[in-house]
Amino acid sequence: MKNVARYQREIPQRYRLEAGKCTSCGYIAFPPRLICPKCKSKNFETIKLSDEGKILTFTIIRVSAEQFSKQTPFAVGIIELNDGVKITTQIVDTELDKIEIGKKVKIVFRKIQEDGHAGILCYGYKAIML
Amino acid sequence: MRDVVIIGAGMTKFGELWTKSIRDIFVEAALKAIEDAGVEYIDSMYIGSMSPGLFVEQEHIGALMADYLGITPIPATRVESACASGGAAFRQAFLEVASGASNIVLAGGVEKMTDAEDVTAALATAADQEYEVYQGITFPGLYALIAKAHMHQFGTTRKQLSDVAIKNHRNGSKNPNAQFGFEITPEQVMNSTMVADPLRLLDCSPVTDGAAAVIVASVEVAKNIKKDFVKVIASAQASDTIALHSRESFTTLGSVVKAAEKAYRMAGIKPKDVNLVEVHDCFTIAEILVSEDLGFFEKGKGGEAVENGLTSIESGKIAINTSGGLKAKGHPVGATGIAQIIEVYEQLLGKAGARQVKNARIGMTQNMGGTGASCVIHILEGK
Ligand SMILES: CC(C)(COP(=O)(O)OP(=O)(O)OC[C@H]1O[C@@H](n2cnc3c(N)ncnc32)[C@H](O)[C@@H]1OP(=O)(O)O)[C@@H](O)C(=O)NCCC(=O)NCCS
Ligand SMILES: [Zn+2]
Repeated sequence: MKNVARYQREIPQRYRLEAGKCTSCGYIAFPPRLICPKCKSKNFETIKLSDEGKILTFTIIRVSAEQFSKQTPFAVGIIELNDGVKITTQIVDTELDKIEIGKKVKIVFRKIQEDGHAGILCYGYKAIML
Repeated sequence: MRDVVIIGAGMTKFGELWTKSIRDIFVEAALKAIEDAGVEYIDSMYIGSMSPGLFVEQEHIGALMADYLGITPIPATRVESACASGGAAFRQAFLEVASGASNIVLAGGVEKMTDAEDVTAALATAADQEYEVYQGITFPGLYALIAKAHMHQFGTTRKQLSDVAIKNHRNGSKNPNAQFGFEITPEQVMNSTMVADPLRLLDCSPVTDGAAAVIVASVEVAKNIKKDFVKVIASAQASDTIALHSRESFTTLGSVVKAAEKAYRMAGIKPKDVNLVEVHDCFTIAEILVSEDLGFFEKGKGGEAVENGLTSIESGKIAINTSGGLKAKGHPVGATGIAQIIEVYEQLLGKAGARQVKNARIGMTQNMGGTGASCVIHILEGK
């Protein structure tokens, strides 16, 4: 995340799970987009995503990019939130062998990585098992 | 559109080519292709390369390679579609000749990966940097998410993943250009390091340097130059969401299905007419999904098919990755799509040596970028 402006642009969605809900067809875009991929409308209202969901699939990363090498091994999964939106996120605070497809999780706010270049701490969402 | 044929091919050995630079390997492959085709000139050149900027800090390689090939001032353009860059470059060359704008075009691909400091981070830029990679996911990790889902949904087994790797290494052991020209055992797969569960080191394509090039021409021009050539009977491309999580299904690659439909229609053939296919097995699970999405096997049955030997060179059903695939031949990302074309070209000319598929007449290539956000398919026909 080499640049502060680039990081700040993503804060509403990473810190607060803000998404764009299409006012014509109801599609929820996360992160927000300018055009609805379903109905091509350009009108969205800002909503906050549900902070609970379930695991659709997951893996344990054992060989990572350098940025994450201190954290390995760690789990990453695709979570379907209760409002139907799917996100990729780490699954933390659990023994790795407890993670299973279908299990319920809650989304929490955590530090994601430390940026060596700009010296900023990078935050965002992670999932914990319910 | 005019008929387009392939009249020559050349590639470097794939592997860790420490003593050679990106320009050395591209020029080596391109010269071999030009000499093989026996052409006196080429009208233009397209080069597939995913990220020379990240791997060797060099952009603008279209001009660089034209310069080092000594063929300036012809137009020379780099084409980028992540790991599908080579296939996309071939498609541009095909379209340029088919349209009548050029008669003879070089389509190449190159990647010099072993110079890079953090290859995993560079490769991850083919995924959604802000909403997938930010969380620490890697490419092996993304395909592991697909593998877990496919195993959960269809009962695909760990053994079936291994069978893909074992078959591809067996084919690769017969390919002198392969990075890994050796066979592997089931035990070796299961004892190899876990990279991203359930994918182990021997489920992954490696980090590779390499280049490949082919010469395409209009059939009228080709007839005066060569007596042996292979016709391009379909070229199709499709896209999908950049992030895996945005898709309805993680076990069907929509871009593969869409591009395949178009390609079969353009060629006027069905999956059962295809004798061999080079698929994008960046990870073993990818070969299983793609063999289903191309219509060779029912959805969910790709694992069983490889386990039962239906995809081997000798099977007579559909020979998959006779070259050794990305797994054993190696995966210099931008060069891969062109190397796939070369394998099918040689097979259809009957020049594949110990890997030769008997009576091969129709062959296919399937090259994809990211987790299938780009897919390029070509179908070739021999005489
Ligand atoms: C799997 C991977 C992480 C292994 O990298 P690594 O842990 O750095 O492995 P090393 O380079 O330390 O290699 C260790 C040994 O395994 C061998 N090896 C490395 N990758 C291999 C592979 N994929 N298959 C077979 N052998 C492999 C090496 O030759 C080396 O052998 P040696 O000890 O006899 O010299 C790396 O190959 C990788 O990232 N692959 C995926 C590439 C990718 O994502 N491509 C894009 C796909 S879309
Ligand atoms: Zn809409």
